[in-house]
Amino acid sequence: MTETEAFEHPFAKYLRAAMMPHIWCSGCGNGIILNAFVHALDEMQMDLNKLVVVSGIGCIGRAAGYTNVDSFHTTHGRPIAFATGVKLAKPELEVVVISGDGDLFAIGGNHFIHAARRNIGIKVICANNFNYGMTGGQVGPTTPLEALTTTTPYGNIEHPFNLVHLAAASGATYVARWTTLHVRMLAISIKKLLQREGFSFIEVVSPCPEIFGRRNKMRTGLEMMEWFRKASVIENFSDPAKAEITPERIVVGEFVDVEKPTYEKLLHDKMAQILKESED
Amino acid sequence: MPERHWRTPLDAEKAVRPKAEIHIIKDQCKGCGFCIQYCPKKVLEESDEINARGVHPPRVVDEKECIICSFCTAVCPDFAIFVKEKQCKDGC
Repeated sequence: MTETEAFEHPFAKYLRAAMMPHIWCSGCGNGIILNAFVHALDEMQMDLNKLVVVSGIGCIGRAAGYTNVDSFHTTHGRPIAFATGVKLAKPELEVVVISGDGDLFAIGGNHFIHAARRNIGIKVICANNFNYGMTGGQVGPTTPLEALTTTTPYGNIEHPFNLVHLAAASGATYVARWTTLHVRMLAISIKKLLQREGFSFIEVVSPCPEIFGRRNKMRTGLEMMEWFRKASVIENFSDPAKAEITPERIVVGEFVDVEKPTYEKLLHDKMAQILKESED
Repeated sequence: MPERHWRTPLDAEKAVRPKAEIHIIKDQCKGCGFCIQYCPKKVLEESDEINARGVHPPRVVDEKECIICSFCTAVCPDFAIFVKEKQCKDGC
């Protein structure tokens, strides 16, 4: 065995050395998502000058600061709005939004569905940890029924969002869901996501042992991962409406993979057409 | 269950299992235990020592068992472990 004291990890060049080690809790899945993301970048040999990472508020929001590319940490719920601006101004850039479920689907819900409807060529990776982890574990739009949180001490009675169904119904061209235990499939999915033109979305079911798990009989990251291992079922291209997340069953896989003309292409074509007509 | 007839792979004579070199960056580890739990060959175990973050980092039990699947590298949230193939010229 060789003990390495210095930070010489093969993915070190994709991470800002000054920000490492990150502040996420032990057992948190955000580090695995970041790991899968930089793994995909490494395998694709992406040009890092052509990549923009945008994140919103939440624990996973720090991912923008940790990746050693041009990145921006936006206000709460607005990463897709910011990413839309970047993509329209510079369509040649690859714009990736890494954010959480509370940021993208509670306060930023409208930005998400309209970006998906317009088919803007941005890529969204959503870390779903079932609650507002950063602010102390309040109930969120993805909290499962009967789950205990700080604001639902007797069990949640709100029906949760089905994020893959929402994305598919809004018109996203690529929709997938994985858990943080499916690291290989997640990295392959992120590679696919980066190669696509239109609006693409991956939901990553992520463990949150310190905030969500401790109130729901899963005190450690390992116990949450064991839940994913036992409950997850891969059903590729099944109906996203039936892709539920319950204590007994987590349906994962790719759900939608279609091609559609993107908004920025249609916009720039239209602009060129109008300019040409006005010149004639 | 159907009966399985295992056979030796045709290139079993020539094939050489690559030697692994497991690097653990101890002070980055937060002790979540994912690498230990999900190693398919159970190469890692929790050590007794305490690192700079106050947790027990993993320790290699038997490096020869490692098949370089690199699942530990992929599943580590803290970028604290990675596996490389051992580069040795005259057999190690």
